Amino acid sequence: MCKVCGCGDGEVRVDGKIHESPHSHDHDLGHEAHIHHEHDGDMHFGHGPAGTHVGGVSQSNLLKIEENILSKNDGFAQANRDRLDVLGAVALNLVSSPGAGKTTLLVETLNRLKQDFDMCVIEGDQESANDADRIRATGVRAVQINTGRGCHLDAHMVGHAMDELDPPGNSIVFIENIGNLVCPSGFDLGEASKVVILSVAEGDDKPIKYPDAFAAADLMLISKTDLLPHVDFDVSACIEHARCINPDIEVIELSAKTGEGVDQWVGWVAGRRRERLESEQQDLQSRLSKIAAAIDANDELQRRHDA
Amino acid sequence: MSCKDVTMHELTIANSLVELASAHAAENGARRVVAISVRMGVLCGIGRSLYFCFEPASRGTLCDGARLHIEEVPLSVRCEHCDETKVPKALYNFRCPDCGYPTPKVVSGREMELTSIELEATEAAASFGAADDAGTQRSAL
Repeated sequence: MCKVCGCGDGEVRVDGKIHESPHSHDHDLGHEAHIHHEHDGDMHFGHGPAGTHVGGVSQSNLLKIEENILSKNDGFAQANRDRLDVLGAVALNLVSSPGAGKTTLLVETLNRLKQDFDMCVIEGDQESANDADRIRATGVRAVQINTGRGCHLDAHMVGHAMDELDPPGNSIVFIENIGNLVCPSGFDLGEASKVVILSVAEGDDKPIKYPDAFAAADLMLISKTDLLPHVDFDVSACIEHARCINPDIEVIELSAKTGEGVDQWVGWVAGRRRERLESEQQDLQSRLSKIAAAIDANDELQRRHDA
Repeated sequence: MSCKDVTMHELTIANSLVELASAHAAENGARRVVAISVRMGVLCGIGRSLYFCFEPASRGTLCDGARLHIEEVPLSVRCEHCDETKVPKALYNFRCPDCGYPTPKVVSGREMELTSIELEATEAAASFGAADDAGTQRSAL
């Protein structure tokens, strides 16, 4: 990745266009990494020819930093969040393993809400535009991000996708993350909430096996409930596992196929949008009050001046 | 194919670490980074795999050849019921080991922090140092 803007994961494509930084990032992987075990028990890399560290050869000094390693991603995420806030838009980051039914649920959700709300979708997959095509078939705009070998979306990619999408004011932006229950949970994209989707075919112990995704989410959707008669999935055990990791997590059981629970989910989405709009309304009211007060103060000054 | 094209989770974090350390080194006019110290909470789940990703991620950067020290930060949680910081029986068993009350508030274990870097001074300073006696050079610091 480029040190200036974070660009340069050469395989990342936004709607098929390769997203690359203008800088060169080629670094030859010429030889195997060497690991050295030292007396302190830590393994140290970098003792190759270029990595000499001989006392007295040159000066060195210690610089204290204490900064989050993902601070750059967090910076991009905050920029995305600020941009969405200005628009009064709300973004939801959908996370699940591959095949949990994210796209099917999303298509159903869009069909139910598209008459009433402006929406757009950022689709993340390693390869193909299949999902974006399925979304576009509903009439809702979508951008496909292909990450190549990348196992998660990051905030920088999402920022570029938002450039393409240009989400309308007061809209809902759905971000369908790469199918992966592990890596996406560590990356803030600027969303209002992460939503984790777990299908009943996957097993009720997934929250304790892949806890990060459940710890980071505000809502767990237990999907494909129409399959419950055919699989050994204990819904209450699953919820208990999830709440052991995240006691505040909300849970909705649903089936995009039969429609069970979808109203509740759609209601949750609308609720998040309402929260966002209320927050925007309060901000605007507060701003209007300040402007009114400033006008009053101005009038008072003018009156005194005229007198 | 460059290593930067591979964006698996650990490598992304290694790349971010290298970028951050290199940016600080460049800001301070350093010629290269000699050593990097990080604190990784056990919940980050990458711990020592960062060692394996660090070298390819650092190739051709100011961090190329730097030593990486990882301090692993153990998990501790706050039990509101006992009003104490506790160490859970297992990772992701977010219940108090003593009273069983849910303890989702993580006190330590989620850190992913670049704590410090050791820098080699600029070319000019280094060439001055090379011409000088090593001991004099250290005392000049």
